[in-house]
Amino acid sequence: MERTNEKLIGNRIDWLSVITWLALVLFGWINIYSSVFSEEHSSIFSLSQRYGKQMLWIVIAIVILITILFLDTQVISVFSFPIYGLVMLLLVAVLLFGEVVNGSRSWFAIGNFQFQPAEFAKFAVALALAKFMGREGFKIMNFKNLTIISALLGLPFLLIMLQGDTGSAIVFAAFLIVLFREGLPVFVPLLILFAVLIFIVSLFLPLSVISVILSLSFIGYYALTKRDYSYSIKILGIQIGAILVGLLFEVLTFKTIPIHLVLTASITVGAILMLIKGIKNRHGILVQLVVILIGSLIYLYSVDFIYHDVLKDHQRTRINILFNLEEDNKGAGYNMNQSLIAIGSGGLSGKGFLKGTQTKGDFVPEQDTDFIFCTVGEEWGFWGSTAVVIIFTFLIIRILWLAERQHSAFSRIYGYAVASVIFFHFAVNIAMTIKLAPVIGIPLPFFSYGGSSLWAFTILLVTFIKLDTERHLPL
Amino acid sequence: MKPKIIVIIAFFIITAIVFIGKLYYIQVLNVKYKLSAQNNAFRHVTQYPARGVIFDRNGKLLVYNEASYDLKAIPNRVGEFDTTLLCELLHLTQNEVRQTLRSGRHLPVVIAKQISPKQYAVLQEYLYRFPGFYAEKRTVRKYPESTAAHMLGYVGEVDRSDIDRDSYYRSGDYIGKSGVEKTYEEYLRGEKGVQIYVVDVLNRIQGSYRNGEYDTLAVAGKNITTTLDAELQKYGELLMSNKLGSIVAIEPHTGEILALVSSPSYDPNLFVGQQLSKNYNRVANLPDKPLYNRALKALYPPGSTFKPVSALIALQEEVIDPTTVFVVNGYNTGSHIVKDHIAGAVGLEMSISHSSNAYYCHVFKKILTDKKMGAVDKAYENWKQHLHAFGLGVKLGTDLAYESKGIIYPATYFDKYYGKGRWNHNTIISLAIGQGELGFTPLQIANMTAAIANRGYYFIPHIVKEIDSAKINKLYTVRQNTGIAERHFIPVVSGMEKVVTSGTARIAYHPDLFICGKTGTAQNPHGEDHSIFIAFAPKDDPKIAVVVYVENAGFGSTWAAPIASLMIEKYLTDTISRPLVEVRMINGRLKKEE
Repeated sequence: MERTNEKLIGNRIDWLSVITWLALVLFGWINIYSSVFSEEHSSIFSLSQRYGKQMLWIVIAIVILITILFLDTQVISVFSFPIYGLVMLLLVAVLLFGEVVNGSRSWFAIGNFQFQPAEFAKFAVALALAKFMGREGFKIMNFKNLTIISALLGLPFLLIMLQGDTGSAIVFAAFLIVLFREGLPVFVPLLILFAVLIFIVSLFLPLSVISVILSLSFIGYYALTKRDYSYSIKILGIQIGAILVGLLFEVLTFKTIPIHLVLTASITVGAILMLIKGIKNRHGILVQLVVILIGSLIYLYSVDFIYHDVLKDHQRTRINILFNLEEDNKGAGYNMNQSLIAIGSGGLSGKGFLKGTQTKGDFVPEQDTDFIFCTVGEEWGFWGSTAVVIIFTFLIIRILWLAERQHSAFSRIYGYAVASVIFFHFAVNIAMTIKLAPVIGIPLPFFSYGGSSLWAFTILLVTFIKLDTERHLPL
Repeated sequence: MKPKIIVIIAFFIITAIVFIGKLYYIQVLNVKYKLSAQNNAFRHVTQYPARGVIFDRNGKLLVYNEASYDLKAIPNRVGEFDTTLLCELLHLTQNEVRQTLRSGRHLPVVIAKQISPKQYAVLQEYLYRFPGFYAEKRTVRKYPESTAAHMLGYVGEVDRSDIDRDSYYRSGDYIGKSGVEKTYEEYLRGEKGVQIYVVDVLNRIQGSYRNGEYDTLAVAGKNITTTLDAELQKYGELLMSNKLGSIVAIEPHTGEILALVSSPSYDPNLFVGQQLSKNYNRVANLPDKPLYNRALKALYPPGSTFKPVSALIALQEEVIDPTTVFVVNGYNTGSHIVKDHIAGAVGLEMSISHSSNAYYCHVFKKILTDKKMGAVDKAYENWKQHLHAFGLGVKLGTDLAYESKGIIYPATYFDKYYGKGRWNHNTIISLAIGQGELGFTPLQIANMTAAIANRGYYFIPHIVKEIDSAKINKLYTVRQNTGIAERHFIPVVSGMEKVVTSGTARIAYHPDLFICGKTGTAQNPHGEDHSIFIAFAPKDDPKIAVVVYVENAGFGSTWAAPIASLMIEKYLTDTISRPLVEVRMINGRLKKEE
């Protein structure tokens, strides 16, 4: 093998990433130790305790790391699709033969050992996307390509949804960042942002009021861009007229007409008039605006329907708790409230290693897995938790920076995928512990207890570090 | 760098800044979470005091505490267990257990309450097979004499209104629900203590807080000695078996209630432990209403037992004197004739011993029409005040909960009913012989008897003698005067003596006891009249005043008089010299068979 001169590999490894990785893993272990620690089991390496097991998982992760670093990068590229296929098969298999843990059928049990294929799906999708999008002359804005990308992402998403693990499924939204980098137009993320905004506003305001605001802003946009003030005022006048007619009708007939019906009717009248004028005068922008307005109104009503009628009760409750629309500190809001108490009680400099009362008292459920950040917050305080946020952000940006220096599109896209997935996990996990996001059960990369998660993230990251060692070579 | 990359990196960095900002807010700026953490980590464990025990007047134990156990579980620590076995041991259904377990997570839920020591002994053997379950020791009341259920009352779980009224109580606490348990709750309950532990979320105790520096000890409840004579009480209950009615016996010199029987009664031991609510509902729904304390609540017209008081009022008001004689042959009101048991010339003593109705119609007429009395309504009000002075028609203020006030209507009632100035003594003549618009409880009548026995005064009847050797409320040691001069009692008591020696209740006669009494019959529109007898003995230094009501038993002398006589004999001599009478009384079945 000429290309991988083993004597030199040490020089080409991005040691900064490796050290960051090691720092996160070890700090994670320290916090797991503290979460699980009890006087009776003081031996650090006892396999009967979770910190003992995690230590074993870390040792195995290091072995995996070394193995991957000595792998041929060609193998990674060539086996991208087969690995994707294999993981999809595992996802199907777990649906058929898996164990149910915490309400989701996403675990294989082999003896005492449990294994969660969904954790590896992110790696598989990253590889497959990199392989598919890394081809010579690939253009993203192409119907066929978009369809295939959607399929590559949609298949594991659906399979994991079927397992009942919503948290792990929505992680695939992270790949939007990759697609954005690779040519998805700006309006897509903006549209998504807009959609999220509308959803959040819909929790607080009546739909009819939002409709009016939307309608007004579209008319205003038209007036400002086209400087067609007289027409805009005419439409506005007609709409207000429609509302007055509605109210007059109400007064004359002594019937109460729900105000939202009146408002909706007035918006409809305005929209129809604008549409007629647009078509008659071949006024493209007007037609577009009306279509977008109608689209957002449909979205508004369907998101409301989904929120009230499709989401499960506990999911809706989690969202309501996030926005303070509901308080239930003993029931559904218990985790979030206890998590805030644990982190908040840490203060500026924390209570110290092994000294967290909330941690020691097991007040936060899943403290060593999804809520491991509570231990950090309580025992290491503001300084400790800030350090973790900074280290993660540093690692993610470091990966982006490395990705940008790749010569091959495969490596670059894969690097973006790694950064995006780690970012998504990090952001959602920490956001839920400090009440910036609803409770979504996904682990904090490298930190949370669990072999599957640790290995999957290690493989994900180290594969990229390996690719980076050969960034000058075409794949 | 491309602008897109800058946007992405900016997005990451903004996210980090938002996180750090929020962390700064909750960890440094906001103190709310630090305070919450404190509450989280402590648990206040209540130490329940032993409830005070209750004795009778002779130091016999009437109520004590027996250990009982509550089985609790912390739902999310409950492991795999044999539901069937648990249900069998506790007589629960699987559904009940599952539902209880579903009702909590980290906080304990109660699986079964007040498990008896016997049941617990069995359960304990298996407890290791029910992970997450544990037993908590409580106490349960026991009634070794199985007597005086109405007076002792029972103890049950507090309800919402108790908690709202008194902040001492927490949900799940026990409180006296009736009788002495209720009236003397504050003494009996003691003072709860609290132990503060540092605990984790699963309520696993990590240790006591600051070595118990802030803990308080439970203070046991005070013991109570009642005025009851357990033997007399039990004897009364025996005599009243298979009869409806009540007996009240009072020691006249002190107002102490010696016995208070309401029949039918029930075994107080039914109202404890797991079976309380089941048994309560069963007993409460029995057709004879055993829970109804007739002695305190049932209102009967006093009938002829009222005559001595009528005579006393008339003597005090000087509308008659001991030599007054009426020649009677019934009493004609103008519209009808009040019938009488005797005819001819009747003097005061004879009017009592032979229970002349007409004599008291004349007396009543005099009381209401005598010139110095003024108008009839004024005269009536004056008469009513005399009755109140005997404790009739007013709440006596006894220390037993739920006593009735009784019925005497004010003059305005008749004004309204007949029209002002359109009624007179004849309109309401039935009051003269203790019938009509009058209703008194057996306790009030017993108290009236005690007042006659004392020749003019009484003490408010009460059930508690001592609270942990401290003297009782002063209220019960103050003489309540009837306002009747002592000399007026001489002929009346003499008449009451003749009731037993030669009058209507010779059946109650006993050569050594010097019983004075008066028969009575309460008219009962629903069936056979109620038999009443009041008595006290010995005549010159009364030790006991007693009243007996037997429902649907007809004339007063047939049932009530012998029972009263036996009660007196039992109390004064502790023996029964008339076994035949006793057997006849005990075996008498005056209850409608079901």
